[in-house]
Amino acid sequence: MKAVYFAWVRERVGLTDEEIAPPADVRTVADLLAWQIARGENYAYAFENAKAIRAALDRKHVKHDAPIAGVREVAFFPPMTGG
Amino acid sequence: MQPKISVRTEPFDAAAESAALTKGRADIGALVSFIGLCRDEGGALAALELEHYPGMAEEEMARVAQEAARRWPLMGLTAIHRSGRIAPGEPIVLVIAASGHRAAAFAAAEFMMDYLKTRAPFWKKEWRRDGTAGDWVEAKDHDDAAMERWREPGKRGE
Repeated sequence: MKAVYFAWVRERVGLTDEEIAPPADVRTVADLLAWQIARGENYAYAFENAKAIRAALDRKHVKHDAPIAGVREVAFFPPMTGG
Repeated sequence: MQPKISVRTEPFDAAAESAALTKGRADIGALVSFIGLCRDEGGALAALELEHYPGMAEEEMARVAQEAARRWPLMGLTAIHRSGRIAPGEPIVLVIAASGHRAAAFAAAEFMMDYLKTRAPFWKKEWRRDGTAGDWVEAKDHDDAAMERWREPGKRGE
């Protein structure tokens, strides 16, 4: 699946987007966050505070317990500050 | 009623957008227009950089607009949000709601802004006058509280 990052999550990861292939036991957004943290220092820095991370699956807001099966695009970003 | 939704870098013309909503019709009794501007934060701010999630930003704005249209009898609804670098004094966001009466127009415009602030995927980064990058603007609890008051009893939100 494609992972996309925004705002300080993007800056900390050091990428705007990438293809990721998490193992089969990564089933939810929360699992994916834990898996990301183990991928390296930049990911650990970006995702260390899971409560501060919002996620979207195929461009729709989801909670961290949402399943990721069949998803093409997952987005991680901080709480939104538009308007 | 088809809401007009737009994300763009260039400034908008609020008067022209209002005129476009009311042109050729005589049934609209109330039009509420809100413009959010970039503050200079006491002179410290050189610019705000607005980042957005292309695709989702427009889709989420459209979802919020559809929800507003479901709740109030609207005759027109426009939401324009800018992205990119915005200087103090420049407009960032425009919401226009038109209805037969003022109560619906005021409520729908305020609802749109409260929801856009907390659900539309935009992020603001500060640039300081000395040329250095400032912080990412943090989400405010009172923005979440402002959105919560629109929650309908018995409905489960995300």
